[in-house]
Amino acid sequence: MRYSGLRVIREGLSGNRGWGPAWRDPAPKDEYEVVIIGGGGHGLSTAYYLAKNHGITNIAVLEKGYLGGGNVGRNTTIVRANYFLPGNQEFYSHSLKLWEGLEAELNYNVMHSQRGLINLFHSDGQRDAFARRGNAMVNQGDDAILLDREGVRRHLPYLDFEQTRFPIYGGLYHPRGGTARHDAVAWGYARGADRRGVDLVQNCEVTGIDIEGGRVRGVRTTRGAIRAKKVGIVVAGRSGQVAAMAGMRLPIESHILQAFVTEGLKPVIDHVVSFGMGHFYISQSDKGGLVFGGDLDFYASYAARGNLPMVEHVMEAGMTLMPMIGKAKVLRSWGGIMDMTPDGSPIIDRTDVGGLYIDCGWNYGGFKAVPASGWCMAHLMATGESHAVARRFRLDRFLTGHLLDEEGTGSQHNLH
Amino acid sequence: MRLTCPLCGERDRREFTYYGAAVYADRPEADAGPEAWDDYLHLRDNPAGETRDLWYHELGCSAWIEVTRDTVSHAVTATRLVAEREPPAAPKGRGRRA
Repeated sequence: MRYSGLRVIREGLSGNRGWGPAWRDPAPKDEYEVVIIGGGGHGLSTAYYLAKNHGITNIAVLEKGYLGGGNVGRNTTIVRANYFLPGNQEFYSHSLKLWEGLEAELNYNVMHSQRGLINLFHSDGQRDAFARRGNAMVNQGDDAILLDREGVRRHLPYLDFEQTRFPIYGGLYHPRGGTARHDAVAWGYARGADRRGVDLVQNCEVTGIDIEGGRVRGVRTTRGAIRAKKVGIVVAGRSGQVAAMAGMRLPIESHILQAFVTEGLKPVIDHVVSFGMGHFYISQSDKGGLVFGGDLDFYASYAARGNLPMVEHVMEAGMTLMPMIGKAKVLRSWGGIMDMTPDGSPIIDRTDVGGLYIDCGWNYGGFKAVPASGWCMAHLMATGESHAVARRFRLDRFLTGHLLDEEGTGSQHNLH
Repeated sequence: MRLTCPLCGERDRREFTYYGAAVYADRPEADAGPEAWDDYLHLRDNPAGETRDLWYHELGCSAWIEVTRDTVSHAVTATRLVAEREPPAAPKGRGRRA
């Protein structure tokens, strides 16, 4: 069923009896050409682009819970292309372009809102670093505008410009940055993949990966064994456990990242804003809630909930930057499990097992990457070669020294 | 979360700095090959369940502590000084690329 304004009107007039499920709920078959482990944003977009770009439709996406129930439904929804290093730049630039056409592509309202992203800076040194980053973004073909203090004040008059501890020197404005409706992205790709014949199998946990003679033969699941010529592991947050089924040990440590939402308020924060002197970033959802977060809790965790010291730190940083939010009531907070790599950049690569591919290590930047990650993982699985914009996301780059350390913080998993 | 420093007793988590998995204490020999150093610096078992990691009692006695805890429940089951930890078991596999 194609969604359109006309369809909404027709259904509205006929009691909304014509809407069908957005995708089927098939039982797994015994064999597929491709099995994707993980029905989150990246797994669903991989399946979608395998079908759309490469004509491979004999695919199962295996999800242990429900579609989009993991990190794609637990993030702060920011979409941006403000990376500095070659290797990251072209990838996120490609992803943002896919975002800009995503609603037409999927016939699904993902509520992509290019409201602009402003990264604030608070010292001369930070200004220089952001000027350099902005130049790199412009050279890549994306947009960046260096704002001085008055320029920031015109956009964000509500910031505390008087405080002297972390004075606001200016900001790097990325007008094409913004947010999107996180669940809708997963649902849109799920529906698009399903319509092209992909089986989306939910409540189906992979318990083993069958490997014979150095080649993958299929997977074992809680709903039976499934043979497959190619298998993709796309389970960021749980990558270590699934990779261990294939005897692999990954350059990943799982960490917890908390986020917070307030009660719904009238429109007050029009952009995505980040604080440069204490990790804090904020936007306002279309429903009105202020959505904000900060740094990792800094210790390895799979708990999907954090501890109070980081809650306190995030609230303090928010109050330092914009005291006006002090009376907003926090409605809920949650924690997501992050695949943290030693350089803060992701992995989309083959493994040493024939036919087994892995897409992981998204740190806390996976949401904006959903379209390009699927695009590049599909390219890799279909052709056997890395896509041009993802060619540096190698699994062995830590051994060979080709790191992509965007923040320059060194080879430690929790420092990115 | 509270951690028990073997020297200072049970203290607030904020007194401690997390460093990473306990294998950081098992530094390879200087002439070990690049794969041994890659294992040491980058590759992790990353268990969902019991793990051992290194914490530094930064706002306390400055001891390095090995903490045994559960990454799913955040329960802390044991702590000891890094100086008193046992020799490590060999790592179990590698993430390689064809």
